[in-house]
Amino acid sequence: MSKKSITLKANGAEHNVIVEPRLLLVHLIREVLNLTGTHIGCDTSNCGACTILLNGKSVKSCTLFAVQANGKEITTIEGLAQGGQLHPLQEGFKECHGLQCGFCTPGMIMRSCELLANNPDPTEEEIRWGISGNLCRCTGYNNIVKAVQYAANKMKGEAVTA
Amino acid sequence: MEIQCKTSKEISGMGHPMKRKEDARFIQGHGRYIDDIKLPGMLYMDIVRSPYAYAKIKSINAEKALAIPGVLAVITGKDLEKYGLHWMPTIMSDTQMVLPTDTVMYQAQEVAAVIATERYIAADGADAVEVEYEPMKPIVDPHTSLDKDAPLLRPDKPGKTDNHIWHWEVGDREATDELFNKAEVTVKEQIYVPRIHVASIETCGCVADYDKIENKLTMFMTTQAPHAIRTVIALVAGHVGLTEEKIRVISPDIGGGFGGKVPVYPGYVIAIAVSFLVGKPVKWIEDRSENLQADSFARDYHMTCELAADKNGRIQGLRIKTLADHGYTDAAANPSKFPAGMYSIVTGSYDFQTAFTEMDAVYTNKPPGGVAYRCSFRVTEAVHAIERMVDRLALEVKKDPAELRMENFIKKEQFPYKSALGWEYDSGDYHAALKKAMDIIGYDELRKEQAEKRKEGKLMGIGISSFTEIVGAGPSRHFDILGLKMFDSCEIRVHPTGKAIARFGTKSQGQGHETTYAQIIAEELGIPAEHIQVEEGDTDTAPYGLGTYASRSTPVAGAAAAKAARKLRDKARKIAAYLMEVSEEDLEWEPGKFSVKGAPEKSKTIQEIVFAAYTNHPLGMEAGFEAVHYYDPPNLTFPFGSYICVVDIDNKTGEIKIRRFVAVDDCGNIINPMIVEGQIHGGLTQGLAPAMYEEFIYDEDGNLLNGTLMDYLVPTAVESPHWETDRTITPSPHHPIGAKGVGESPTVGAPPAIANAIVDALSHLGVTHLDIPITPFKVWKVLKEKGAAG
Repeated sequence: MSKKSITLKANGAEHNVIVEPRLLLVHLIREVLNLTGTHIGCDTSNCGACTILLNGKSVKSCTLFAVQANGKEITTIEGLAQGGQLHPLQEGFKECHGLQCGFCTPGMIMRSCELLANNPDPTEEEIRWGISGNLCRCTGYNNIVKAVQYAANKMKGEAVTA
Repeated sequence: MEIQCKTSKEISGMGHPMKRKEDARFIQGHGRYIDDIKLPGMLYMDIVRSPYAYAKIKSINAEKALAIPGVLAVITGKDLEKYGLHWMPTIMSDTQMVLPTDTVMYQAQEVAAVIATERYIAADGADAVEVEYEPMKPIVDPHTSLDKDAPLLRPDKPGKTDNHIWHWEVGDREATDELFNKAEVTVKEQIYVPRIHVASIETCGCVADYDKIENKLTMFMTTQAPHAIRTVIALVAGHVGLTEEKIRVISPDIGGGFGGKVPVYPGYVIAIAVSFLVGKPVKWIEDRSENLQADSFARDYHMTCELAADKNGRIQGLRIKTLADHGYTDAAANPSKFPAGMYSIVTGSYDFQTAFTEMDAVYTNKPPGGVAYRCSFRVTEAVHAIERMVDRLALEVKKDPAELRMENFIKKEQFPYKSALGWEYDSGDYHAALKKAMDIIGYDELRKEQAEKRKEGKLMGIGISSFTEIVGAGPSRHFDILGLKMFDSCEIRVHPTGKAIARFGTKSQGQGHETTYAQIIAEELGIPAEHIQVEEGDTDTAPYGLGTYASRSTPVAGAAAAKAARKLRDKARKIAAYLMEVSEEDLEWEPGKFSVKGAPEKSKTIQEIVFAAYTNHPLGMEAGFEAVHYYDPPNLTFPFGSYICVVDIDNKTGEIKIRRFVAVDDCGNIINPMIVEGQIHGGLTQGLAPAMYEEFIYDEDGNLLNGTLMDYLVPTAVESPHWETDRTITPSPHHPIGAKGVGESPTVGAPPAIANAIVDALSHLGVTHLDIPITPFKVWKVLKEKGAAG
């Protein structure tokens, strides 16, 4: 299988890598770039544990080939905190107990990033539909909804409580 | 109910909603799960699986696979047979193939393993292995498993002449039969609790790393019980030189367990065997389809349930006969003396005169299992049976199900209560929990609304479940797994500067042990929880324990933490007396310091005392400040709760909408209310799942028809309603901190609340029971049948 050379930006850092055309983006992220915060939970694009941002849009990185990210920019959970400051969503998940085993958490947070970018003031119903492509087996979702609301409020500059 | 905290927020002992210490790594992508582990020279393993449920293996041809560059080996059952490693014991002392030598017994069974230098190449290799099968007619329906003409599925078991595994019974058969013969009212239902799967978001996997020079195996593994696994490996592989001191099991961060990470799966054993042979680390990670299709299932009980009462609905007797489908082998995860787990909690929250329950387990051509799915050893099946039957009785005697429950509950003053099937319930106040749930949801108003809606032809139902759980296995005189007594442990080391590390025999899979255990120790010693580091999951460093499942961590290891801390407090008292030159009796303790009675200005903080333990300890006393405790509980704990669910049903489509769900839980004293509430939310969604969505469906050839997450419906945030929670607090009288388990209560309690609500919505049409999962299609069919579809 002839390999391809691709260039992409991951969390601000430029990478030039040679990959098999069939390599999934999630495996590039985890095994080539060693960004293991992005997880794999299924093989049918149902669970969303592998969700990242590709040019600012949330995508399931198990459903894309690495070559499809050529020339693009990806953000993973490792790239979310800035200057030692947690992103409001990261803070929200901790403050609101929005995670238990933590396995779905990076995907949930990355998905919620785009959700809030598109809709800075979502209702509970909108949040529930917005994260419905991501499965969590531990939390029952109540506190994930709360965490996203916490982040929405914080990003609007409002006072926040868990 | 308000929680009284004895410690300051700074110390954050019990009752404080302390934020979780483990979260920092999880929210920043720094968790370390099994697939994140990468070792130099690591090989990858992929597994060839059977497409058939029952077939002879005629040949396995590895030629094409081995021709792929990077494929190093193809391992079959015949290869393992040379080392006596092709069979392994199950937790229930049955036997299970690691890899088959001649026959496959269920679809997706492991047939061969491919070892390669890279993950993708291993998968290519698995695709290229050619296996020739001769399919046979499988046993899929357990009801036919004992037929005379059924094939004998386990000829490998000496003396076995049929597919019966065991018969189990408990209670007074004669007295129960007699009572039923004379009873004024009896009701009967066939209740099936279907086969489901835990589907934790992380699948199972391992990295087996055998070092030939050191003769040491380090086994990184998704296991809820690392110590037990170490012992099992030593028992199975001791004959090839792997003795227990040369085995280190490390359970890294686990992405959800729910019981599915208790068993030993063939993949783990093959990875160990290969690493042992080649001296290189071998990684095996299941994909989701493998996980669903082959790993341990849960439930699969066919129950015939009968309840006897007087004409006023006073409950008298219970009789249940169950057929349990165990699949190809009995690999249930139960304590060894309890083949049906804690099923005998089936008399539930009610005061029965007599009861009898019997069960027969059979082999079929389905994957083995019988793990928990977040349920404490078969309690979910039991609670579903009793809570459905109590509603069935209410319908029969035309009584409100809440009223019927109130009239039949075990009363607060009857505790400790000896149940008809032999358990001693430690504490409870069932009336208070149900009353609270009814008040929160506005029960009486809802009943009025329902009556109005019925007049308009609208379908609305209210369902109650007042469950009793049984967790914290357990007292060692009764409870063991493969002979290992089910105690658990805690070791605390306090450093000279007053900061501590505590290690346990359990293993968190999201329960938050790094926080809650620290809070227990903080409560007992007054050292801030923030300064107590908790570690689990490394058998080289942690004290021996039986692991985390069946809601046993708080009841057993949590108690060990309190007991170990109290040993240290006793030592602290001696040191404080020495430092202040007073007698021990003259000291009084408050969290964090000892002071002299009547002279509170004279005191020593725990930090000063610990420092002295290393720098200025009394003559004749051992230096240092460390303690270990192995806790063997005197009894189990019995958490309980009352849940009320309100549903609205669309009579045109059968669509079921959960309007409200109120859960009042009582798990005794609370360590961290935030974490307890989170556990309840999660368990409720895992109770909703089998009630309305999840069920494994097999066709007559034993093909699993929904073996991926595309068609096995794990609820999303949209299906999951907004859970409303509250609590009562009835401490356990025998537990050192008065706590009970909680993680599984909601999974146990929620399904009958939902099923009861749906049946209640349809009861005026003559519906008395529907098996879970109750789907819109199932409801629509009933409506159609009854002429009530819109």
